[in-house]
Amino acid sequence: MEISIDVLIFYLVSLVVVGSACIVAFSRNIVHSAFSLLGTFGGVAGLYVFLGADFVAAVQVLIYVGGILVLILFAVMLTHRISDIDITNRTVGRIPGLVAVAVFLGILVYAIGETDWVKVKEVTYAPTTAAIGNLFLGDYLLPFQIAAVVLLVALIGAITLSRKEIKE
Amino acid sequence: MAAYVAMLTKVGLEHYLVVGGILFALGIYIVLTRRNAISILLGVELILNSAGLNYVAFSHFSTGNVDGQIYTVFIIMLAASEAAIGLAIVLAIYQLFATIDVEATETLKD
Repeated sequence: MEISIDVLIFYLVSLVVVGSACIVAFSRNIVHSAFSLLGTFGGVAGLYVFLGADFVAAVQVLIYVGGILVLILFAVMLTHRISDIDITNRTVGRIPGLVAVAVFLGILVYAIGETDWVKVKEVTYAPTTAAIGNLFLGDYLLPFQIAAVVLLVALIGAITLSRKEIKE
Repeated sequence: MAAYVAMLTKVGLEHYLVVGGILFALGIYIVLTRRNAISILLGVELILNSAGLNYVAFSHFSTGNVDGQIYTVFIIMLAASEAAIGLAIVLAIYQLFATIDVEATETLKD
């Protein structure tokens, strides 16, 4: 048996994704959890590249790694006294939670293996950005506009929630 | 046995679905067990990422068009606004209670 190089890289990237997700889930220190989220987001962007989704991979890097991760790190730094490091990431009910999630994952993997998925004959790798742009301004115009409104509402809501009220 | 080896050496739809499933399970585990509000938000981000991964995998292997990728872009957009609002709420809670342990914030109980 031989393993081609792309399969090897796929397993490597998947290992990075799952491994750093495990650190996020099991680390006792929230700063470690937040930083290893970088590995998960970056790895998922790599998997998008494997799936031929170049635009989505770029969006993932720009928004998740460049935006959400920085936001989360800011929140961690603002809400924690970094010096008392050992109590930062409390967990409750580790063992029952782990058992329940393991059973759930087992059922999920069994279902994935047993289902007869619909598949195309030949997978294609083509640039997707132009097609996505046409769909956004064509078939998906209404969801696109609603998304813009949602972002505006989120912006105003975040400002309103986090400002300090000045009382007379 | 040979079937298993063939399954491992050729990457298909199921591989991506399993990776997405593992991410989803870890996210659920975080949401269930963590008591730190920011950690719970990290778990929600993992869950959203697994959903996006599944959408792109199905769009690549099952339909062959880019509609699934559109949904992933919407998921990423919702995750961004959810993170902004969620972290603003966390900061407001921190200013009020000086902690973000979700078991300490129970003033609605009384």
